[in-house]
Amino acid sequence: MKVGIPRALLYYKNEKFWTTFFDTLGIEYIIGPETTKEIIARGTHLSVDETCLPTKILLGQVDWLIGRCDYVFLPRVEFAYGYGMCTKFLAQTDLVANVFRGRDVKLLFYNIGNKKLLTERKAVRRMGKYLGLKSANVKYAYDVAKQAQQYYEVFRAETQEKTLRETDKIKVLVVAHAYNIGDAYIGRPILRALAGLGVEPIIAEYADARQCIGASKEVTRTMPWAYNRHLMGAIQLMKDKVDGVVLLTTFPCGPDSMVNELIVREYKQLPIITLTIDAQDATAGIETRLESFVDIINFKREGAQ
Amino acid sequence: MNTDILACFPQWANYAPAFKYLCEKGFDVKYLTPPPITRRTLELGSKYSPDYVCVPFKYCLGCYLEVLEMGANCLMQIFGNCRLNFYGELAERILRDMGYEFSFFNMADIDFTSPKSIFEHFRIINPEMTLLHVLPAWRTTYRMIEMIDEFEDYLRRNVGFEANEGELDGVYREFLKKCEDVPSGKALKKLYKEYRERLHSVKTTKPDRTVKVGMIGDFYTAQEPFSNYFMEREFARFGMEIFRSMNVSNTLVHNRYKDRLHYGKKYAKYYIGGTSNFSVAEALEFANAGVDGIIQVKSFGCTPEVDAIPILQNISRDYNIPILHFSFDSQTGEAGIKTRLEAFYDMVEARKHKDEKQ
Repeated sequence: MKVGIPRALLYYKNEKFWTTFFDTLGIEYIIGPETTKEIIARGTHLSVDETCLPTKILLGQVDWLIGRCDYVFLPRVEFAYGYGMCTKFLAQTDLVANVFRGRDVKLLFYNIGNKKLLTERKAVRRMGKYLGLKSANVKYAYDVAKQAQQYYEVFRAETQEKTLRETDKIKVLVVAHAYNIGDAYIGRPILRALAGLGVEPIIAEYADARQCIGASKEVTRTMPWAYNRHLMGAIQLMKDKVDGVVLLTTFPCGPDSMVNELIVREYKQLPIITLTIDAQDATAGIETRLESFVDIINFKREGAQ
Repeated sequence: MNTDILACFPQWANYAPAFKYLCEKGFDVKYLTPPPITRRTLELGSKYSPDYVCVPFKYCLGCYLEVLEMGANCLMQIFGNCRLNFYGELAERILRDMGYEFSFFNMADIDFTSPKSIFEHFRIINPEMTLLHVLPAWRTTYRMIEMIDEFEDYLRRNVGFEANEGELDGVYREFLKKCEDVPSGKALKKLYKEYRERLHSVKTTKPDRTVKVGMIGDFYTAQEPFSNYFMEREFARFGMEIFRSMNVSNTLVHNRYKDRLHYGKKYAKYYIGGTSNFSVAEALEFANAGVDGIIQVKSFGCTPEVDAIPILQNISRDYNIPILHFSFDSQTGEAGIKTRLEAFYDMVEARKHKDEKQ
């Protein structure tokens, strides 16, 4: 049995968790390739034009995986940290099942459908049952995997905090969802461009999730999306420590379209730039914009001194 | 009655009389009936909203700005399962940044597990409200919404075949006008009986077999005629019968969420956000009932409805039924929509003709 994991959406959020989980259980798996132009072209071909770029990438990845594995692993998550999610995460299993209906794709997934505490563990155990695994083994694998993910996140957060404290370069907070910042097509060119301009990119996604969600409550009462709350809280926590904010979104992201407006209205003292990336021209022209943004921060710094 | 407070809910289909009744008889505050949506509403809304937010937000914001000019000082917003949940807070923020002063009743803010939170939030509308007034008014409001939906259903199915054009609509407008200052539940019942008879006695020349079209779509666009460019009226002109079950009775008054989820289980196993499960289940129901075509209307970038499109396409293939997808933006041109509608009508009729021959 071989499980295929598409390198899209939730993969970037649970990378260590999923890989450790399958490793511990001794299940063979294959991860989709880094996003390329071909994968996006494939995804665009398979989806409606109004679909957001990350979902197009997901469809392209699943398309690549079909024929290379027995199951495509694609969980459905409705709640995280007690808050809701973008409807894309609710619909992704049904979406993939319907788009690839005629092509003999078997979906492997777990479903987190309520806010209760141990839902994830139960969901994973049910998935193990479906695969015919021993429940004790699944439980053990879950615990190991969860710990791996947690250590990874703590390590990430601490390393970043250290950089934030010690560096004397210009610090720019890059606010983008995990599946945008980690993507080879969307986020990483931006990080490279920032590093090339002599700026230290601080990644909002790497900040500790629970702290951030707590901090987000100071800013907004009714924001329904957990991941957006995470990012918003990161800005709230680091607003005095960074010199500028880059809001990186994909077209047409539903939650970001509204949350970015709130961020721009809330943090008027910070220089903010909004970069929107779509399936067509990727990062062309964005480097020039980043350059002038960094120039503005430089001027502001010199003026203050 | 507290006359200092002038409450207002954004323009939304023909439900203004129901909200008016609830506010005036239940919460003891005055209600401002919002003006019908015009091009100006949309322009005002688009000017101050984020770029690619869904269009209903722009309509709501535009409507808020218009009613604030007219003197409203208590605005309301409901909650939902998609971006609608965040409408209230963002709209409030934008308006406050513009310097307006008002109180804002946001249902997304209420914690529905705690009665105290519910009560306290409703007191934003009127600090002196009493449950003795609210609860009976609430019931009558629900009845009124059911009546409005029933009449609209009847209208949609018959307006294309009336003998004297505009007669049904005239009677219905009269009913809505009378609804606005109905004093009590009893009077409403009387009004309903009277106008039901009048509507049913309007002469129609309906042939035995008509072209039937089912309409599905997102919560706002399917219901608000301006936002779907008066599509229902356009259809009636072609002499079509229109079916639509997306209305307030079927969603807020009688929540059919579980039933709908179950009905569409074969295609969408889980809840897919917003009112998409309604769309899927309704498309399936229409297909089973044998309508000649289905039309999906949605605002541009409506995330749940976009996810429903591949599912609807599968239904279309399985049941051999045409589905037309319409996506409305703030800049959609009317001419393009008319051409597409005409083509759809021609195609549906040709198919029907072919079926009858065989």
